Amino acid sequence: MSEVPAAVLMKGITKRFAGVVANSAVDLEVKKGEIHALLGENGAGKTTLMNILYGIYRPDEGEIYINGEKAHIHSPKDAIKLGIGMVHQQFRLVQTHTVVENVILGTGNGVTFNEEEVRQKIVELAQRYSLAINPDARIWQLSAGEQQRVEILKALYRGAKILILDEPTSMLTPLEIKELLQTLRRMTEEGNTIIFITHKLDEVTAVSHRVTILRQGKVTAVLETAKTHKTELANLMVGREVLFRLEKQPLERGAAVLRVEGLEALNDKGLVAVQDVTFSVYRGEILGIAGVAGNGQRELLEVIAGLRPANKGKIFIQDREATYASIRERIGMGLSYVPGERMTALVPNMSIAENMILKSYRKSPICKGLFIDRQVMLDLAKRLIQEYEVVTPGPDKPVKLLSGGNIQRALMARELSQEVDVLVVAYPTSGLDVGAIETIWKILLSQRSLGKATLLVSDDLEEILTLSDRVAVMHNGEIMGIVEAKEENIEKIGLMMAGALKIDREQWV
Amino acid sequence: MSIRVRIERRLEVSPQTQILAILLSLFLSFVVIAVIFSFLGVEPLNAYRRIFLGGFGSIYGLSESITKAIPLLLAGAGLALSFKARVYNIGAEGQILMGAVVGGGIGLFLPNLPRSLLLPLMFLGGFLGGAVWGLIPAFLKTRFRVDEVLTSLMLVYIASDLVRYLVYGPWRGPEQRGFPYSSPFSLSAQLPHLGTTRIHYPTLILAILLAVTVYIMLFYTKFGYEIRVVGENPSAGRYAGMSVERVVLFVLVLSGGLAGLAGVGEVAGIHARLGPPEGISPGYGFTAIIVAWLARLNPLLTMISAFFMGGLLVGGDAIQTALNLPSATIFVFNGVILFFIIAAEYLTNYRIKVEAVR
Repeated sequence: MSEVPAAVLMKGITKRFAGVVANSAVDLEVKKGEIHALLGENGAGKTTLMNILYGIYRPDEGEIYINGEKAHIHSPKDAIKLGIGMVHQQFRLVQTHTVVENVILGTGNGVTFNEEEVRQKIVELAQRYSLAINPDARIWQLSAGEQQRVEILKALYRGAKILILDEPTSMLTPLEIKELLQTLRRMTEEGNTIIFITHKLDEVTAVSHRVTILRQGKVTAVLETAKTHKTELANLMVGREVLFRLEKQPLERGAAVLRVEGLEALNDKGLVAVQDVTFSVYRGEILGIAGVAGNGQRELLEVIAGLRPANKGKIFIQDREATYASIRERIGMGLSYVPGERMTALVPNMSIAENMILKSYRKSPICKGLFIDRQVMLDLAKRLIQEYEVVTPGPDKPVKLLSGGNIQRALMARELSQEVDVLVVAYPTSGLDVGAIETIWKILLSQRSLGKATLLVSDDLEEILTLSDRVAVMHNGEIMGIVEAKEENIEKIGLMMAGALKIDREQWV
Repeated sequence: MSIRVRIERRLEVSPQTQILAILLSLFLSFVVIAVIFSFLGVEPLNAYRRIFLGGFGSIYGLSESITKAIPLLLAGAGLALSFKARVYNIGAEGQILMGAVVGGGIGLFLPNLPRSLLLPLMFLGGFLGGAVWGLIPAFLKTRFRVDEVLTSLMLVYIASDLVRYLVYGPWRGPEQRGFPYSSPFSLSAQLPHLGTTRIHYPTLILAILLAVTVYIMLFYTKFGYEIRVVGENPSAGRYAGMSVERVVLFVLVLSGGLAGLAGVGEVAGIHARLGPPEGISPGYGFTAIIVAWLARLNPLLTMISAFFMGGLLVGGDAIQTALNLPSATIFVFNGVILFFIIAAEYLTNYRIKVEAVR
């Protein structure tokens, strides 16, 4: 019996972008019916490789074979014809259209279509792969997890047998992740093949059969998941030992630098999103705010940063009231805010150097009289690029060319190079790889030892526990309690996150 | 074997690509207009030769092209600034007229002031007139989020009718025997010319100085930095404590003011009186939009694009009479060029590949 040819075989794939080699002689073999994880740091070339397979980019060198036959993939259309589907990290759906309309978009050649027939087929597919979805719902009504199901249905509807998923869990809640992994297993049982781009080790071990690890555009290893473990994977991914346990000096409580009293604020829809929030952040400490995303954390931070008005309550920075201070005044008071949506704090089309002065362009030495001193600006940028190990061809290159981890490094570099007393950081490592996470964590801890007060919002409990001194848990806009950041408090924190426990204010630490 | 066309996003746009895009868009415009010429029964190459010779082929043509480049440069440099902030002021035409009304009004009613005082006063008044006409859309945009494209355009018609009302009504000169003109300006309200040409050089010098100033401000000062940040990503601007409203206000007032100066130059440098709006500005404010885009929103380059468009206007006038073409021909020109420049804007951000596949 001849061997079944690989579903996907990519041989010697090389792709260069403006002087940067994204993929260098990459080989990838994905067997029929397996879940194959593509593991690597941000910027390792995972997405580029898959964009080549899906016909979005052309490789500079290399060949692709699909089911043993040489394939010429010039566009996603070719890829779809070969039975390849891709679910991008950012969903490509028309928000105001229904699920059915989105699924059929771009299929067929006719002007009209039989909607009933299409709906029937979608419902069948959804049942077969247990993808619960209302075919008549409009996209904007759906959660991130549901939107992802629509993307998967779209690919299946087009006859995909090989499905590429780019960081599929980054937008999902833990429950949705579990459901997704089940769906993927179900799909392979039906004979489909899955390529799963990720940088999360847990997911690799939980779901994949085999894993290809990319580092800096090259393959470092191809392993059977059952025969490896997380430490080995992490080492292959970053090429060095990862220090997940970071040393943290014990804290002596200093003065309160940021104080918030009885704060109330509305969300964009005009509903109360933050209610009666009271806490203090002391000199030299990190106060973590844990909670499931969407429980008022973002609104709380925006009120503190001055981007959203407070309905009630007071904010003090260094004992000066800042409740009604402008954003600029707050920056002057030593407040720095690193938002979760990084691109709202950067100008992607402007150079790294010009982005580095976004907070300091008004002051000497950057600003001399009315003019911006470009030499000082470039020197500053070069220094920060070096100090924070931002990988870029040069300070005059636009920020949009940087990878996710480098964007966050550049952003942190700028924020920490200011005279900062209070650092407000949201989701600092979301979407980053192990290596970048470690750098960012170290940066935050070094700020702590410099005596800065940090308010850290994250939905990653490990991050909160590693970095924080105390943990406040937010649920439904309220602080449910503040406890010490200790392993033995995990259960309490979990209960508070779920809204099942509320600690009396007298017992907060 | 088939031919396949693919579109890829460019990560970086080199200066060469940008220049190529401009030249290509001009070339394609000329091709399309050549087709229109053919339909009108005019031999296109002959028409282009005449346009070129009319605008650039003689001392007289050159001097006229420069004359027309003056208002285009003043308005175009301001619009480049405004567009850079992603504030789409398309009402420069109305701002030119308001500059002419206020500046011209000062000239009409204070005819006996000394020239060295009166002319600066007229320019100042003209700047304010245009600035107020920019302030209205700015106010509506910052306060009520009304789209500035609509309001600035609608204000053109209000300005136009205001001029018409004045020259047919209260400001009509008694000696004009019913024609819609004001009385002629006194000599001290008139700008000097370069030799026998119509180049009112004080306005030209002012325009060049201001274009350079706007360029320096945009790329070398902290306020220009704010304008570029707010234009590229308003949320980052707000995050850094910049006032987006202030930027909107500033660019609309400044671009309106610069257009207002152009209006003063026209009435004090060319007509020496106020007349119907079409006479004061035959669409300079709209052509200035093309000047700004053709310069890829670089205020320095508007000096070149204004001169080029000025020459095109002069050459267009020349062929209208010589080849007996309708007077709207030149507007067709403008429209086609703008169309291709905006298309080129897309082309510079994407790469189109044509390839053969088996």
